[in-house]
Amino acid sequence: MSNYKQIFRDGLWGNNVVMAQSLALCPLLAVTTSATNGLGLGLASMAVMISANLLSSFFTPFISRAVRIPVNILMIATLVTITDLALNAWLHPLHKVLGLFIPLIVTNCAILGRVESFASKNSLLPAAADGLAMGLGFTWVLVFMGGIRELIGSGTLFANASLLLGENFAFLEMQIIPDYRGVLLLILPPGGFLVLGAMLAVKRLLERVAERKQAGAANCIAVAEGK
Amino acid sequence: MPAKDMSTLIANLFPCVEKLRDKLGYQVFLLATSTGIATLFLLLTNLVTSPAIAMRAQEDQLAGLAQVMPPTLYKNDILSTRQQLSVQGQQYQIFTAEAEPGVITGYVLETEAPGYAGPIRLIIGVAIDGSLIGVRVLSHSETPGLGDKIEVAKSDWIRSFDGHSLDNTSAPDWAVKKDGGSFDQFSGATITPRAIVTSVHKSLQDLSEAIQALAKPEPQETLTTAPITPTQPAERTVPTLQEASS
Repeated sequence: MSNYKQIFRDGLWGNNVVMAQSLALCPLLAVTTSATNGLGLGLASMAVMISANLLSSFFTPFISRAVRIPVNILMIATLVTITDLALNAWLHPLHKVLGLFIPLIVTNCAILGRVESFASKNSLLPAAADGLAMGLGFTWVLVFMGGIRELIGSGTLFANASLLLGENFAFLEMQIIPDYRGVLLLILPPGGFLVLGAMLAVKRLLERVAERKQAGAANCIAVAEGK
Repeated sequence: MPAKDMSTLIANLFPCVEKLRDKLGYQVFLLATSTGIATLFLLLTNLVTSPAIAMRAQEDQLAGLAQVMPPTLYKNDILSTRQQLSVQGQQYQIFTAEAEPGVITGYVLETEAPGYAGPIRLIIGVAIDGSLIGVRVLSHSETPGLGDKIEVAKSDWIRSFDGHSLDNTSAPDWAVKKDGGSFDQFSGATITPRAIVTSVHKSLQDLSEAIQALAKPEPQETLTTAPITPTQPAERTVPTLQEASS
């Protein structure tokens, strides 16, 4: 059980796709102009990650090491194309928002990375859990970053969420700052880099604080035992 | 290791896989098979989704049309009336709205204006008297926060075209205020509104000329009641704006 705990801790924080591995930055920077867009791409990527991990874990015994990368890429590309077509047919409003970015999921090296480094060495359940954990990790970063950029950039939060999740989620749409003129910079591409940089800095700061606390605690124990 | 269990299971089921896996022939077979399976899945998905996707595309187009041509104004299958028109390199797609066969109530044009950062796709609804019912932007890549005020969701500017026609707005007035015309520009973005005003004006001129050119050879047929099939768009006769409104 601690194995799964570790998988989720890694996916959400310790070995997060964006915050630790610095992968998947291209779709991240392009999509996060609003929290809703981030959520949409995050969920789509998560679905592809889970199924890619599952398939790859299942077929690993059949796949020769020499041709594993073309086979895995083919598999991921097929999954993405199927997702793209299915979204276009049955979740059309979402597809209109994300249409441009769904093909980008193929180029998301995080997916091939997880298939290569985790799924091909583990059995089905841990592989699916890893896909879920990594996908959730990617999703929260996308939503968080989209939220910051949307809030500062246009003063709203989760605008158009009802397009993505259905009318029941219209309550998510918030105008946080009324009559806000907007900070254009945050919506434009440079804003993505600025926010990402700030988030990485905060993460390292938090980790350093946690480290110091641990060291301090260890010191205390050592002192106490010494006494 | 669970992965090992899996491998042994498969080795037991297919004893040859373990031995063959590093042979060149097996690798070729593996690549070919996986490509084949992937193709099969894509084919199936395409087969299942393509009717739904075609329907969605049509709904999109109708929703776009409805913004500039109220559905109460026409009863015909407006999408099937599509005609191509090209005037000096400017491409138009023209849809004809008919309340009943032969009674034309208006036209919808789709065209592109050269924007600041790429083409702006416009849809323009024109009533039979030549006045604009509405103009909307279907897609654009203008600067967010500056040029994107052309979207109806962001600003009411695009509604300032409503009711204008070649008759009630003189040629010099078809320009932004900065150029001495009667349409507002946005602070910080003049190129975008200028392009749209120019494009809408030119569309109206080209439409009225096209209608006149089509109607002239056989003016007696302007109110023909013959049902027109979409397969013969060239034979359509279109009344001049003046004739039909009188």
